[in-house]
Amino acid sequence: MKYAIEMRNVSKRFTTAAGTEVVAVDNVTLEILDGEFFSLLGPSGCGKTTSLRMIAGFELPTAGEIYIHGKPMDATPPNKRPVNTVFQNYALFPHMTIGQNVAFGLEMERLPRAEITRRVGEALELVRLSGYENRKPHQLSGGQQQRVALARALVKRPEVLLLDEPLGALDLKLRKEMQLELKKLQREVGITFVYVTHDQEEALTMSDRIAVMNGGRVLQVGTAAEIYERPVNRFVADFIGETNFLKGTVVMATDEPDRYLVRLEGGAMLMASCEHPLQPGQQVVVAIRPEKMHLNGSRRFGPYADNHVHIPGRVQEIVYIGTDTHYDVALEAGPIVRVREQNSGVFSPRLALLGEAVSVSFDAAVARILVD
Amino acid sequence: MKHRRPFWLYLIVVLVYIFLYAPILVLIIYSFNASRVNVRFEGIVNIEPCGPFYWFCQLSRNHEVINAARNSLIIASISTLGSTVIGTMAALALQRYEFPLKRFSEGALYIPIVIPELVMGIGILVLFTTVFRAINTALDLQGNARLGMGLGTVIVSHIAFSIPFVALVVRARLHGFDRAIEEAARDLGATEWITFWRITLPNIAPGVLAGALLAFTLSLDDFVITFFTTGPGATTLPIYVYGLLRRTITPEVNALSTIWILLVFLLLVVIQRVQGQQR
Ligand SMILES: Nc1ncnc2c1ncn2[C@@H]1O[C@H](COP(=O)(O)OP(=O)(O)O)[C@@H](O)[C@H]1O
Ligand SMILES: [Mg+2]
Repeated sequence: MKYAIEMRNVSKRFTTAAGTEVVAVDNVTLEILDGEFFSLLGPSGCGKTTSLRMIAGFELPTAGEIYIHGKPMDATPPNKRPVNTVFQNYALFPHMTIGQNVAFGLEMERLPRAEITRRVGEALELVRLSGYENRKPHQLSGGQQQRVALARALVKRPEVLLLDEPLGALDLKLRKEMQLELKKLQREVGITFVYVTHDQEEALTMSDRIAVMNGGRVLQVGTAAEIYERPVNRFVADFIGETNFLKGTVVMATDEPDRYLVRLEGGAMLMASCEHPLQPGQQVVVAIRPEKMHLNGSRRFGPYADNHVHIPGRVQEIVYIGTDTHYDVALEAGPIVRVREQNSGVFSPRLALLGEAVSVSFDAAVARILVD
Repeated sequence: MKHRRPFWLYLIVVLVYIFLYAPILVLIIYSFNASRVNVRFEGIVNIEPCGPFYWFCQLSRNHEVINAARNSLIIASISTLGSTVIGTMAALALQRYEFPLKRFSEGALYIPIVIPELVMGIGILVLFTTVFRAINTALDLQGNARLGMGLGTVIVSHIAFSIPFVALVVRARLHGFDRAIEEAARDLGATEWITFWRITLPNIAPGVLAGALLAFTLSLDDFVITFFTTGPGATTLPIYVYGLLRRTITPEVNALSTIWILLVFLLLVVIQRVQGQQR
């Protein structure tokens, strides 16, 4: 399999004006497949933009190598790299019309005028902005500017398109529309997309694969389902979606590989899996998603099976949000967990009353043991 | 709800304007004076073929004046070109690069704006004479080959004192300049050179133009520094006018000044227009 982008042990250190060193990207290794929609996801300041800028050639790595389609980039300047960027705030040329903006990249390739005109027309049609050729960027709405930025990059037919939070400046509704549109576009043109975002929902909906970053490091790479269902550590579990964390102690390893018996705070015992080798007595956290937990109260008792773990607690808060109802339950052992029950009935009554003594339960198989 | 402004505030404003513009107005009126000795206004001159513009006609026949005007324009044009290029480059360098002593260089760049012109004039004079003497002696130059004061020295010194003003104006423009568009251009395949000409320059052009116009007016107006650095055959208009004044004040001088003021005024209007466009 050919990689569109390879980052090999790439690090980037900045020296700030105050003289301190910042490690923006810390020993990152990534393999991005040809034709893939790949997202870099992480909180603000985790090094996403810096990684993208190193691929584009605006920053050179302090250490490590970057390959684009197998070719080492070394100090290749941005104008010689087969990638194009959609910038965070679009960076349209304010003194040029939309047509001139989109044509700029082709003029740099010294293509014949007729071909430039044709391809600019095609690109603007692709982003549904035909007829806007003679407008200036400031005469367009945010969403339209965003599409011009996209057309300007795509018209070059790059092997890889880099996008830095391209939807960040749009309002929620437009953002949702553009997410779908971008995904559709990527499938149509078949170009590799490297997409930077701090919005986990955006990454989950759009990406073929996601790299979760924090503090300059890549913590986990995988499909949306892999990252959601099998987060490798507490940060990933917490950052992607909602998670309940329960403290526990490893009692012993079981006969099955990677499965351990864990005693939770409060005494409940469960068998759960962990890829890291664990020692008896080791402190761990067990992560369970709210929608995988059930509420058992006076009005309803959840599904029951031998391997279900039951933990007693008291309902502290009930929040109805339409599709679901959230029950925040204070466990006897201390922590507060959230249980999400789907409102799938004709009229979904509350499953418990505020302040009621209940138990929360979950299938031990859905619990994940996390070390850090 | 009307807020009444105190009467004395209006008065002060009016007085300030009178103080600023009355001399100029008087000067312009006197360029139409019938009396050759320009101390009393004795009615508007009316001598054919120029009528009230008699002194302006006289002026146009005065070779010394035309020469001085030509010198002034040559000096202003070349020094504007030089100081605009260098000042713009300085502003760009200060905006985008980190280098040792950057803070210091930035401060040093603007100091000439506040240094008394007289001090700078003397300084430049000393510099030129010292350097020229050293070169003349070292190369044993004789006669016309000897380096001396002239158009060249005036141009160089005008470039020098205009650079800070250009840099200041261009930097103000750069302040709102988004460098991401330069990166976008590089990303789309443009070299640094093409990026400068097609992206950077068009976007900072109003600032550069305003800086150039400022440099042009400064050069046209300058007396002190020119006085110290001028030489044979390099008399500028301000220097020439000063020379005339020491003899007699004829309405011819006023006519010259009138044209001068109108020209500078026109330039200032253009500067304002250009800067207005920046918003
Ligand atoms: N040019 C720079 N100089 C100094 N520090 C920088 C520079 N660019 C980025 N950083 C630092 O590197 C870290 C990562 O930044 P960035 O890649 O922009 O993060 P993200 O895009 O994930 O929000 C931050 O701590 C940021 O302050
Ligand atoms: Mg960023």
